[in-house]
Amino acid sequence: MIEIGLGHYLSLGAIIFFLGTIGIFLNRKNVIVILMSIELILLAVNINLISFSIFSGDIVGQIFTMLILTVAAAEAAIGLAIIVIYYRNKGSIRVEDIHGMKG
Amino acid sequence: MEYTVIFLPLIGAIIGYLGGSLIKYFSEIVTSLLVSISAVLSILLFWNGIQNNTYGNYKIFEWISSGNFIANWSINIDPLSSIMLVVVTFVSALVHIYSIGYMSHDPHKPRFMSYLSLFTFSMLVLVVSDNFLQLFFGWEGVGLCSYLLIGFWYKKESANNAAIKAFIVNRVGDFGLAIGIFLIFFYFGTINFKEVFDLAPQFLEKNIVFLGFESSLITLICLFLFIGAMGKSAQFLLHTWLPDAMEGPTPVSALIHAATMVTAGVFLVVRCSPLFEYSQTALNLVTIVGMITAIFAASVALVQNDIKKIVAYSTCSQLGYMFFAAGVGAYHVAMFHLFTHAFFKALLFLGSGSIIHAFKDEQDIRNMGGVRKKLPYTYIFMLIGTLALTGFPFLSGFYSKDAIIEFAYLRNSTLGNYAATIGIFTAFLTSIYSWRLIFKTFHGPYNNKKVLINETHESPIIMLAPLLFLSIGAIFAGYYFKETFIGHHSNDFWQASIFFLNEIKHDPIPSWFLLLTPILVTIAIPISFYYFVTNIKILEDFKKTNLPLYNFLLNKWFIDELYEQIFIKPAKKMGSFFWKKCDQGIIDRFGPDGISKLIKKISNKASLFQTGFIYDYAFAMLIGLSILLTYLILN
Repeated sequence: MIEIGLGHYLSLGAIIFFLGTIGIFLNRKNVIVILMSIELILLAVNINLISFSIFSGDIVGQIFTMLILTVAAAEAAIGLAIIVIYYRNKGSIRVEDIHGMKG
Repeated sequence: MEYTVIFLPLIGAIIGYLGGSLIKYFSEIVTSLLVSISAVLSILLFWNGIQNNTYGNYKIFEWISSGNFIANWSINIDPLSSIMLVVVTFVSALVHIYSIGYMSHDPHKPRFMSYLSLFTFSMLVLVVSDNFLQLFFGWEGVGLCSYLLIGFWYKKESANNAAIKAFIVNRVGDFGLAIGIFLIFFYFGTINFKEVFDLAPQFLEKNIVFLGFESSLITLICLFLFIGAMGKSAQFLLHTWLPDAMEGPTPVSALIHAATMVTAGVFLVVRCSPLFEYSQTALNLVTIVGMITAIFAASVALVQNDIKKIVAYSTCSQLGYMFFAAGVGAYHVAMFHLFTHAFFKALLFLGSGSIIHAFKDEQDIRNMGGVRKKLPYTYIFMLIGTLALTGFPFLSGFYSKDAIIEFAYLRNSTLGNYAATIGIFTAFLTSIYSWRLIFKTFHGPYNNKKVLINETHESPIIMLAPLLFLSIGAIFAGYYFKETFIGHHSNDFWQASIFFLNEIKHDPIPSWFLLLTPILVTIAIPISFYYFVTNIKILEDFKKTNLPLYNFLLNKWFIDELYEQIFIKPAKKMGSFFWKKCDQGIIDRFGPDGISKLIKKISNKASLFQTGFIYDYAFAMLIGLSILLTYLILN
């Protein structure tokens, strides 16, 4: 059996983080996907925090993770709300259509 | 009392302007009243000066004090300035009163009255100054007021042009005056009249190099001061603004362009007599310019048709007299002529105003005539003014003008004799053109088609009363003040205010010479009556046969056209070159316009980064973060 160490956990975190970022860049369809990708990035960070917390025996990391989860939940709620309002106004949440800030 | 005289007009100007809209006639009454009080007080001052010798220097406050250099605001009352005070305030008060009637239909009376008072104040500041700086202040002040008043009817384009022309031509003169003052300050270290005049003898031998020419310092200073005087007093080559200034309301012409402001140049030369006396070159120049102006303006006045322009050229010509009087060293005679001239020229101007008023703003004498029964009072006053101007025996002009000619003769130099000859000839011309004006206006057939003869009317009493006062002055001022001003004991009166290096002796003059001028001006009356009333044909024929000469005079010796060619067109060309090529072509193109264009281009490019897609921003953030991290790690 392979001993599962810190490296594996961090690799997992890195992969999830990578998936999240790729999700943001490659996604051309839906804003909700971007929100989900951001959740993924946050989760990757959480994994990192927890792994370090466990392996270094420091509880602060885990407490911090709880905090981030809460914030992420709040953020997701707000993000969804914005998207709903946006959809109501513009009739579309396709990423290509959202470029009001174009120079 | 001295302070009151000076500041009442200023107070009048301010109150009259601010309170003008409150009550009807408020500004008219306030300004006229205050200036009249000032006039009465200045006559008292003058009288006190003659009787009790109460001259003095009254300091208002220190203006500039820097090391040894001190310039004060002050009121310097001496014989010279007390005469000017009387002339300025007396004429000004009458003009104020006259304006109440003349401007009665104008909606901007408060502004007009206020400007008049402000002008009076500036002129008083000029004449009572005891240093060149305050004089310059007054000099510019009267220039400004002249500008404002010439352009009073600012809706008339010609009035605006005339105002600007007057201002710019005066600027040429003022530039000379300023350089003169700079030179005085630079070499003398002071600009107070008394100190400068005391120092002057020490600088006789001093030569300086100016623009590559070496010349005597005193001469140079005098020349520059005289350029200033030429500008203000409308002497030949800088005279072009004066006839155009007639675009202003007639009271303005009477006050500024006949009696007071234009005499400031003469005043300056007389005031600086201690400097001019040491420079024969400058004095000769003054004489020559005065002579040329006298005869030039008189010749032009012969053929002008605008009633005010005739009087304006006449003023120009009389100023020429004053200058050559000063040039031959007869400063007191110049002042005497200034004094008498103020009365009869203001009288003539206000009389012309009355005529213009009667003809409902008609100024062309060809459209007048035959109204002496309709305007009896104006007719009489104009007659008095004309007689006084031409030097008809025993009126004021006779004493002063003949004195100028006599003193020029007594100077006993070549130039003096020339001046006397020109003076006599000009007196004859003066007589002709003045009577032409009278005869064309009041005699002969009635020529106006727009206004019926029954519609012409005599001016109201408020306009005639000032004429009465002025005509009293025009008749008696010469006889009464002759002894005081230019008599054998005139030095007792002038004291130190006029300086003579070698005084002109009161030698006996041959009696034929004394009689020549009065006889000439008297026989000019029947001559001009014959040519302008009884037998107009001869002149018409003469005009036709000598058309070039007539046009030459009618177009004022083509001096305006000459200036147009020499100065105005090149200046315009140069201006448009600098505007189109230098300013727009180079400075704007590479300066503000170029930079703004460049920035716009760059920012247009830069704004393409802002795609508006969120993933692009995120990508940029990621790239940035990675670079930052890489950098930190590598370090």
